[in-house]
Order: sequence, then C-alpha cells, then structure tokens
Amino acid sequence: MSDAVLLRAGPQAAIRGVTGEGRRTRAVLIAVAVAFLGLFLFMPLAVVFVEALRRGAGAYFAAFADPDAQAAIRLTLTVAAIAVPLNLVFGVAAAWATAKFDFVGKSLLTTLIDLPFSVSPVVSGLVYVLVFGANGLFGPWLRAHHVEIIFALPGIVLATVFVTFPFIARELIPLMQDQGSAEEEAALTLGAGGFKTFLTVTLPNIKWGLLYGVLLCNARAMGEFGAVSVVSGHIRGLTNTMPLEVEILYNEYNLVAAFALASLLACLALVTLLLKSLLEWRYGHAIAGTGAH
Amino acid sequence: MVTPLPEQAPTDRGAGSDIRVAAIAKGFGNYPALHGVDLDIARGELVALLGPSGSGKTTLLRIIAGLERPDSGTVMFDGEDATGLRVQDRRVGLVFQHYALFRHMTVYGNVAYGLRVRARRRRPPRAVIRERVRSLLDLVQLAGFEDRYPAQLSGGQRQRVALARALAIEPKVLLLDEPFGALDAKVRKDLRRWLRDFHRASGLTTIFVTHDQDEAMEIADRVAVLNEGRIEQVGSPDDLYERPASPFVMSFIGETVAVEVVTRNGVARIGGQRINTALDGIGDGPSLLYLRPGEISITAPGPGTLAGRVGAIRRTAAGYRVEVAIDGLAAAIDVLAEKVEAKPGDRIGLALARTRLFPGELRSAS
Repeated sequence: MSDAVLLRAGPQAAIRGVTGEGRRTRAVLIAVAVAFLGLFLFMPLAVVFVEALRRGAGAYFAAFADPDAQAAIRLTLTVAAIAVPLNLVFGVAAAWATAKFDFVGKSLLTTLIDLPFSVSPVVSGLVYVLVFGANGLFGPWLRAHHVEIIFALPGIVLATVFVTFPFIARELIPLMQDQGSAEEEAALTLGAGGFKTFLTVTLPNIKWGLLYGVLLCNARAMGEFGAVSVVSGHIRGLTNTMPLEVEILYNEYNLVAAFALASLLACLALVTLLLKSLLEWRYGHAIAGTGAH
Repeated sequence: MVTPLPEQAPTDRGAGSDIRVAAIAKGFGNYPALHGVDLDIARGELVALLGPSGSGKTTLLRIIAGLERPDSGTVMFDGEDATGLRVQDRRVGLVFQHYALFRHMTVYGNVAYGLRVRARRRRPPRAVIRERVRSLLDLVQLAGFEDRYPAQLSGGQRQRVALARALAIEPKVLLLDEPFGALDAKVRKDLRRWLRDFHRASGLTTIFVTHDQDEAMEIADRVAVLNEGRIEQVGSPDDLYERPASPFVMSFIGETVAVEVVTRNGVARIGGQRINTALDGIGDGPSLLYLRPGEISITAPGPGTLAGRVGAIRRTAAGYRVEVAIDGLAAAIDVLAEKVEAKPGDRIGLALARTRLFPGELRSAS
C-alpha cells in the first residue's frame, strides 16, 4: 500500500506548483521575516522586562509604590474608562448611520471617520489647545466660568476620544454593511420598535465585532502619547498618564522605574493581543461579517 | 393536513384584510420605480405580482408592507387608509427573499419573536407562546427543530421557519418576496404545493412577488403583470394567457412568435400574403401579429394558409419544433407539433388557429 502511495506521489513531487517558490527562496523569505520581527519587536520587548527587573523584584515593585506612578496609572485607567464607552456609543451610531441609511454627505462622513488615523496625534492635541486653551477660541469664556479643559482631565479625555474614534466605527461599518438591514426590517414587520430591534437583533449580530473594536480602542486609549502630551501639561501626580510618566522617568535616568511602568503597558499590549487572537480564532467569521447565513 | 390557525375564523369569503392600492407612485432619486399603480385585492385572495427585475414589483410589496413610503397615492386595509401607518402597526406577515431569519436565535426564538416583543399588557403568557410556536412549527412540518439555528437548516427549512415566524403575529395579509427564488427545483415544487394548500385552508389574503410566470400562473387566483413601474394587466391566469392586453403580457407569459404585418385598405398581409384576422381597430400601416407556437399548425399549402418552407426540425420532450420560413419574411418562425410529416425543404402551408394583432413594429429580429 505504501508503494502505491509512493508511486502516486513520485511524479507529482517532481512538478513544482504554479505559485511554488524554490526551497531556498522560501527559507530566505522566512529568515528575513523572523529576523525583522526579532530585531524590532521581540528584542525591545525583552529589553523592557530585562531593564525593569535589573535591580531585582524589590526595586521593580517599589517603582509602583511611588505616588506619582500610582496617580499616572489611575489617570490612565480613568481616561480609558471615559473615552472607551464614549467611543462605543459614537462608533455604533456612526456605523449604524453609514451602514443602514443613505443620506447626503455619507461619503464625507466615512472619510471624516478616518481623519484621526491620517492626522498626526500632535496636531490633534494642538487643535484642542488652540480651541480650549487659555489664549484659545473659548479660553476666556471657559476661564470666566471656571471650566478647566486644557492641562486637566477633560482635555486628556477629549484628545484620547479623538485619536481612538475610528477603531470601533471602522470595525463595525463593513460588518453592518455586509449584514444588511433585512433582519431589522423583519423585526419591524413583527412589531418590534426601533430600540427593541437594535437591542434584540442588531446588537447580538455585531457583538463580537464590537468587542474586538473595544479591545483595540482600549489598547490605544491607554497607550496614546502624542495628543495627550500636548494637552496634559505634564503635571506629575495630576495630569501625567502612564506613557507620559514613562518618558519623564526615563529623562531623569530613573531607568528601573521607567521600564517598570513601561512593562505594565507592554503587558497590556500582550493581553490585548492574546484576547484579539482568541476572538479571531473563536468568532472570526462573525467579526469579518461572513456568517454562514 | 393543514391545521387552520386559531383566532382566525376562516369564512367563505376568506380571512385577513382586503387591500386597495390607489395611484401609488414612488421614485428612488431620479429613477421612477412606480408610476401611479392601482390594484384591488379581495379578502382571502391569492395574488401574484409578476414582472421582470426592475419592474417595481418588490417596491409595491414593500409599500404595502409599510417598509417603503410612497411619494403619492394611498394604501387601504379593509377600507381604512393605512398609508401613514407604521410598519409595526400594519400587522403584515412578510417573508423576505433571503428569509432574513435572526441568525443568533434558534428556530423557536425566531418564531416566538413577534409575540415576545409585544408590550407587556398585550404579550401572551409564556405557555400560550410556547403552544402557538409548537402549532406553527407543526403547520410548517418542522416540529422538533426548535433548538436549531438558521445556519443549521436547509434553504427549504429556513423558508418554512420564515413563514411560521410571519404567521405568528396573526397577520392581516401574508406578503412573500420571491418566496421560492433561492430554492432548488424539487423543494420549490413542494413549497408551492404547500403554499397553495395552506392558502386554501386558511383563506388568508396573500400577495407574492415573482419573476417566474409558471409560478405565478400555477399558484395565484389572479396575477398582476408589472412592467417598468406600471401594471400592464390584472387577471386570472386564463385571462392573461388567452386575452393578453398588451404585447408585453403576451410575450412575458408563455412562448410567443411576433410576425410583422402590414395593413392597407383594411387588409392585413404577412410578407405580401393576405391573412384573415380581426383588425381590432388597427389602422393602415405596420403592426405586429403575436402567435403562440402551439396555435400554428402545419398543413398542405392552399387557400387560407400562409405559404412557407420547412427548415430545421428538432426533437423536444413533447414533440417537434419545426422552423418555417414564411414566404416574403426575413426571419423564420418556430412551430410546435406532435408529429411532423414534412421534411426539411418541403413547401407547406401554415394554418393560424388564433391571431392577436397589436400596434407596433419589430425592433430587432428575436
């Protein structure tokens, strides 16, 4: 029996597939990719943890005991806790509007959704300073009413919301377009109201894609540096987020503390990646919108 | 075989609503989908909206359902103006072309949906819902499939779940959009028969959209033929076949042959040969004679027949398809015959059992 298999495999093995590369080409391509990943991804990641633990676990955990570091962690969590739910609502609304309705200016809206991706984060931060800052457009009015936006939590949240806006909307638009409106229409003919239709039909159909978008949005919200750096004012213990605190510590040659905080961000990235892969593996078809239906 | 639905007492005059559509117009952007459509549907009637794609039949169905708002015109249910009524309040059972089942719900969840989403004071108790879903699944012969998801069902089963879901709300009218379009031939035949039986038993007013004339003729009491946003003719299948009101209806329903006719001084001629036909108000000039292949017979040449020559003869399942070149005409026509004695090249005469003359000219050789 094994002879028969060999006989059949023999001539086929000699014929190279149409798109098949030579063995050597393949090896070189894989080596280049692995070397690139190792040099630019794995090595820096390893360096973060090695540097953080250079003076031992005691120094590593001492870095988190610092009040400024704790304030930075708290602020980052607070900003993400406000920005992500806001973008969840905005993202679902924008995706709903563009995927299920036809209206004038729809293509403009889809283009604008991508704007935060194409604008440098520093510029978007600067815009908020120009609008809400002390010398900005609404600056005097805001000061008169004792509203602090720039160099305070609202400014940081605003900048983060802007930068992370596209993640959820971008994830949902193709998914909702692919699913169409037939199921919603069916729910309407069966007597369900608009909100009930959204809760019972639309939301369950997009939940995995939504979760995926929230995950990416959250990772970016916690890691954002540029836009936040412009609006925060770098007041330690008050308006410094984790990425900003890392930079300051590094500039003070407090390497262990800088890398300890950085390792926390790196862990967040790794957990996000893990969850993202799990989601893709388990609900890949639901996220891509090609449900078997 | 089909259990009538509770709370709907079928009467001699059928169940559900009568529907009157008056002067409905609808455009999408610059594209007019319907121009001034009138249609009356009696209580308990089974009506097909038949037409090619783009004829506006689905738009008309969606307007009746309330999913589309007409630019002008009215939709009446039981003599009451329903034009401004929200789709939720119309109580229409709509079966979508691709079923539109809720993919994240089981068969049970799908069928129960319309009852579960009702406001609390109108919502039936859980036990009543369960009983109702069970009887509906019996009705569509899907008992035991309660826990399946739509992705685990075949096309025909999904279609029947969609029907059960639409019927769960005790609709005043059942609307079906291309109900059998996506199914294979065998399943389609079974479902057609099922729908006819169901309609006979329930008497529910039913409107379905199709582009398949066989389907429309086979199932419907009456057929409305749509073309380019207008209703060309409404009638029983016999009416449409025997007395088509326009060349479009004639050629859309059943196979036809169009032959160019020239009339002068009240005498119609084909390729110079005189024919006997009622002129029906057709004046002098060119017009078109529509024939059905089965209504032409091959005889010996002689008076009262059209002289021609036999071309190719092909076998079909039922008999033979004979190509005949009529003297004086450029294009040959097809004649269906059970038996053919003539051979290719023979000179023969054609006897026309029926002729229908419509104004117009032949645009292209078809």
